[in-house]
This record gives sequence, C-alpha cells and structure tokens, in this order.
Amino acid sequence: MDSSQLFGITMIAYLLAAAFYLGLFVFKIERIGLIGMLLALGGAGVQTAAIGLRWYESYQMGVGHAPLTNMYESLVFFAWCTTCFYLALEFRFKTRVMGAFVMPCVAVAMAYASFSDRIDARINPLIPALQSNWLIAHVVTCFIGYAAFAVAGGLGLMYLLKQSAENKDKDQHQGLVGTLPALKVIDDLTHKTIVFGFMWLSAGIITGAIWANEAWGTYWSWDPKETWSIITWFLYALTLHARFTRGWRGRRIAWLAILGFLAVFFTYFGVNFLLSGLHSYGSA
Amino acid sequence: MTTDKKNPILSLFASVQLALFLLFLLAATSIIGTLVPQNSPPAFYIERFGQKTARFFQLLDIPDMYNSWWFLGLLALFTLNLIVCSANRIPQVIRILRRDGLTVSPEQLAKFPLFKEIRYPEAREAALGRITTLLKANGWKAKEADKGTGRLYFAQKGGWTRFGVYVVHGSILIILAGALIGSSAVARKVLHDPQFAYKGSVMLPEGESTNRIVAAKGGEPIDLGFHLRCEAFAIEYYTNGMPKTYRSKVTVLENGKPMQTADIEVNQPLTYKGVTFYQSSYQPFQNYHVSLKKKGTNAETATLITVAKQVEWPEGGVSYGIVNRENQGEATRRLKIWFSDNQGDPSVFWVNDNQEAVIERPSGTYLLKLRQRYATGLQATKDPGVWLVYGGCLLMLVGLYIAFFLSHRKLYVFVKPEEQGCRLLFAGEANKNRVGFENKFSELINELDK
Repeated sequence: MDSSQLFGITMIAYLLAAAFYLGLFVFKIERIGLIGMLLALGGAGVQTAAIGLRWYESYQMGVGHAPLTNMYESLVFFAWCTTCFYLALEFRFKTRVMGAFVMPCVAVAMAYASFSDRIDARINPLIPALQSNWLIAHVVTCFIGYAAFAVAGGLGLMYLLKQSAENKDKDQHQGLVGTLPALKVIDDLTHKTIVFGFMWLSAGIITGAIWANEAWGTYWSWDPKETWSIITWFLYALTLHARFTRGWRGRRIAWLAILGFLAVFFTYFGVNFLLSGLHSYGSA
Repeated sequence: MTTDKKNPILSLFASVQLALFLLFLLAATSIIGTLVPQNSPPAFYIERFGQKTARFFQLLDIPDMYNSWWFLGLLALFTLNLIVCSANRIPQVIRILRRDGLTVSPEQLAKFPLFKEIRYPEAREAALGRITTLLKANGWKAKEADKGTGRLYFAQKGGWTRFGVYVVHGSILIILAGALIGSSAVARKVLHDPQFAYKGSVMLPEGESTNRIVAAKGGEPIDLGFHLRCEAFAIEYYTNGMPKTYRSKVTVLENGKPMQTADIEVNQPLTYKGVTFYQSSYQPFQNYHVSLKKKGTNAETATLITVAKQVEWPEGGVSYGIVNRENQGEATRRLKIWFSDNQGDPSVFWVNDNQEAVIERPSGTYLLKLRQRYATGLQATKDPGVWLVYGGCLLMLVGLYIAFFLSHRKLYVFVKPEEQGCRLLFAGEANKNRVGFENKFSELINELDK
C-alpha cells in the first residue's frame, strides 16, 4: 500500500460523501446524511494516513520534506483542511446539510489533483528556496484560512439559495430548501467562519512575509501572490467592518463571502496558472 | 457622535464609510500591478501594450505602481483614516467602561439579553452573603449598592478587550512605520543618508573581496563599512539533476583582519553589523581552479586554467590541459582532461567538476581536481525597521485574537427581600460570544444551590 493508493481511496470517499450530502439536501432523509458524514470522516481518516505516508515515503527516497510543496500536495492538503474544518463545524453546530455545499468543492479539488494533466503527483526533492522551517508554518496557516473561506463561500451560497426560495414561496417547509438551517443561523455561521479564516489568513501572510525576508531579503515585494493575498485580506477586512460598524447582515455578507472565496481561489490558483512571479512553486 | 459638530474634513476621516471605500479601492487598484508586469524596462511596455498605452502607463506610474504617488497617496489616506477613526472612538470605549453599572434600576434588568429571576429560601443577610461568595468564587469583582427595595451587585470582566480592535489598528500603524524606517527611498530622499537603509546586490568572484554593493534602485554604489570576501561558491545537485544547495563561503574583514566566516545559503543569510547578505544568484566563469598533487611526495600545485590551453608543471614533471567539457547552461558538469608525463601515451579521460581524479602514470600517481570558478551573487539589505514590522505583526495577531474571541461581559444581581426568603434577579450581557456567556451565566445560577 502506498500513499497514492490511499489518496485514490480518499478521493472516492469524498466523491461519495458529496453525493450523499447532496442526497440529504434533495431527499431530506437523515440516514443518507449520516452516511455522507461517515464517508467524509472516513475519507479524512484515510487521507491523514496518506499524508503521513507520503511524508514518510519522501524520507525513504532521501529527499525528506513535509508534503506541502507543490500544487498536487497543496490541493490534497486543501481538501484535508476543508473536510476537517467542515466536520468540526458540523459537529459543533449540528448542521449536516451544509455538507452539500462544501463536500462537492472538496471532491472536485481531490479529483482535479488526481486527474489533471497539469499536476505532477510525484514526490520531488526540495529546491533550495523551499528548504526552510517556515514552510510548514506558512502553508498550514494559509490553508486553514483557505479552508474556512471555502466553507464560508459555501454558506454564502446556501444563504442566497434559501433566501431566494423563501421569497418565492413563503411555505418554506415544503420546498427544496426546507432542510436548510434558518437564515439567521446561516448568517451567523458565515460570519464566525470568516472571522476564523481572517485570523489564519493574517497569520499566513505574516509567516509568508517573515519567510520571504529570510530567503529573499525583503518581507514584502508586491509579487502577484503577495498582492493577491493582501487583496483577499482587504476584502475580508471590508466585510468584517461592514458588519461590525455598518450592521451589514444576510444577503450582502453572503455575497461578500462568495466574492471573498473567489479572491482566495484566484490567490491560490489563478496566480499560479495565469500570472508569473517569485511564488511559482505551486504551478506544477 | 460629537464629530458632527466638528469640521467636515475631520468627520469625513472619522467615518467608517471612507474606510470601506478605501479598502475597496486598495483591493481593486492592487489588481493592476498583478496583471501588468512591474519594473520592466520602458521598451517592454511599448512592445507589449503599444506606444499609446505605454505612455498612459508611464503617466500613472503603472510600471512601478506600488511606489506610485497615487498608490502611496491611497495608503496615506487609509492611514489617516485609521488614525482618526480610532482616535475618535477610543474615548467612547473609555466612556462605556467607566459607566457605573450600579446606576441601572432593578426594573431594567428584565430587559437585558440574559435575565433570570429565581426564589431563594434564605433571609436577606444569608442571601447577600451567598451572592457575595458566589461572585467572588467565580472571579467577579462586584460593586454593590442599596437600590430601593433591595441590594444591587454589579461586576464586569474583560472590559479591556474592547480595545482589541484598536490594538489591531495600532499594529497596522507600527508595521507601516517599520516599512517607512526600512525604506531605502526614505533613507535617500528624506534622511539624505543612503547608508541608513538600503537594498542592493553584489557579484563577487571567488577569492575577491569588496566593501561596496550596488543599490537596487538607482544603481549607485553603497559603502558597507567593512569588506566581504568570497572564499568559494558551490552548487550541490540531487541525483535527478535538480539543484540542492547554493553555498557561498565568505569572510568578513575589517581593516584587513578577518572578523567572521560563514556559509551563506538560500534561507540561511548572514547578518553582520545590521547588513544581511542573501544568496540570490551566481555566475560561472569559463576557467577552472586546479589542484594537483603527486602521491608520495610533497609536490603540489594550485592554479587557474582555461580550456584548450596546455599547462606545464615542471616540479611534478607533467603537462596537462582541458580538451573538452560538458556544460549545463554555463555551469560545467564534466571535463575532458589530457594529461602527460612524457612517458608513453598521454591519459585522456572525463572527470566531474569538483571531483578528484586519480591518474596512474609510469612516473607516479597523481591526484587532480578541477573546480569551475564562480562568482556568487549576493543580495545585501540593511533594514533597521524590520523588527518594528515583526513586532507589529505579532501585535496584530494578539489584537485579532482579543478583538474576535474575547468579550466584555457584565453581570448584575439584584437581591430583593420578601416576606419569606428573597427574590434574586440575575441579568447579564456580553458584546461577543454571547452563547458562551449564556452558558457561564446559567452555570453561575445553578451553582447557587450548592
């Protein structure tokens, strides 16, 4: 058994989890949701083992390093973070149907990592620029933030869907969105998730800045990756201030959560594939 | 708000709307510099975007937009907004904290977000004693006063956490201040002291030393105040050919005296007297260090040779030269050597760069090593503001934690004696994490009976 087989199992588990969560959303049968949750939980367990094994395998190859160094590994780690964050949220707030808006994103990330031609799944040795203890701190903090923002984006989508359905049909227990939590609950969860993500994004930018100063002699050079991360930070800072001081709620925050996630997506993905810069390790 | 009476400019800068607008503007304009490559030569923009667009870009400093007058202006406005906004609100927070909870009338308690009314079987004195110990045991430092029909207790926790958001705002100001102090542009144009803060680089051939670097912006030389000598530069490769390590062995010299030696690698810079040297590039030369020994004797030589040139070593009785080589880019990986001691056919063989070859000849055994000569490219930075920036970053994380996860909680207890026993009114509010406080509030009341 090697790590790539375990990642394969993980991907299947996540795809099925996404399908079952969507099933819960559509058919409103509790047991389907329970299976979805168990699949996600099992997938996360297998994936934890797979990440550990890949780490070990890199040492076997004599190029030992944490599996956080290229696009494949970062996508896998993103899927893992998002699933863990989502499951924690589900257990804490007892809102299982939320999985229908999060797990598809996770499943797509895993499937893309496995099947895309642009992505190299091999374990490669570390180039000198990445040989640093800041690697783990920087990647982990960023990706906890990304995971939270992905969930917040899903929640925003859920809010808009529920709201538009409610506007059309006042009898909300009948429709497709009947099982979704109350708008107020979704709104509150979105906000909490953004707050959590903002904290980690800040930590991610800061660890990145310190590392850049160690490696390149400048903590901020307006490289596209850095710039997009600060754009994302500005957007969420704006969202938080609009809520705290201007009392923005509901619809507007939901849209900002989605917009914020698009910025995260571009910071993570778009910069690597569309723009060039110092921070191009993730592009293969 | 008091600002309405003050002048309109001040109230503009005290408004959060302006902050939201500036955050949006900063986010939106920052995108430009990620789409238009920054700091390329003027010809690049003309070729890529056409004459007209390039001129327009030049007008707006787009090729260096993050240092342009308008972007820095936006940042300055944002900073001003941040200062005025915070300064305007801090007195309000202080007022909230100073507010005497005991002025609340017992009738108002029912309107608090958390409220519970219970009967307590004991008489007044016992009830007061119980409340006092209960609050104390739970860390609430209560003030108390007689209010009409009974006695009111008031306590609060975490009032200081209301300043968390201003800690974050302050940390941003500290980071910006650190950035200004460490800016080479400020050092040059404002302080007129380019030595104060700079970024530059130097290409230093092996065996040579320098006390000057070239400024990254402007290209003028900057005096280091000491000499740096490059002893050797080496690249190590993984078995698959990827570079593993770039390493410069350097010595710091003051007045010709060696003060410190160090290995500079990527992610492992050297700091000496506030100047930090980073491994940033290298330049291979097309000549080679030779070290040649004759085994069993003391005879050895070290010299520098080029390709296709025969070299004599009379002491060892041999002549040799490089007849061919295999390069990867400009970096030599293998060399073909011609080696003769004038006895029999000469030896011709391939040897890797920086690897010792053992040559058996009729006249004896020779040890030959060739190493390509390099210059190391070092970046040198003097940034006296960096610790302020780091301090600001740390403060920001602490501030974010306080602002988001700690709350200001208020607790009121009113003890109202009745014919039999007492009536106890509990009320509370928290400015954040209300669910968490609700649990604590219920626990406190449940503890009453124990």
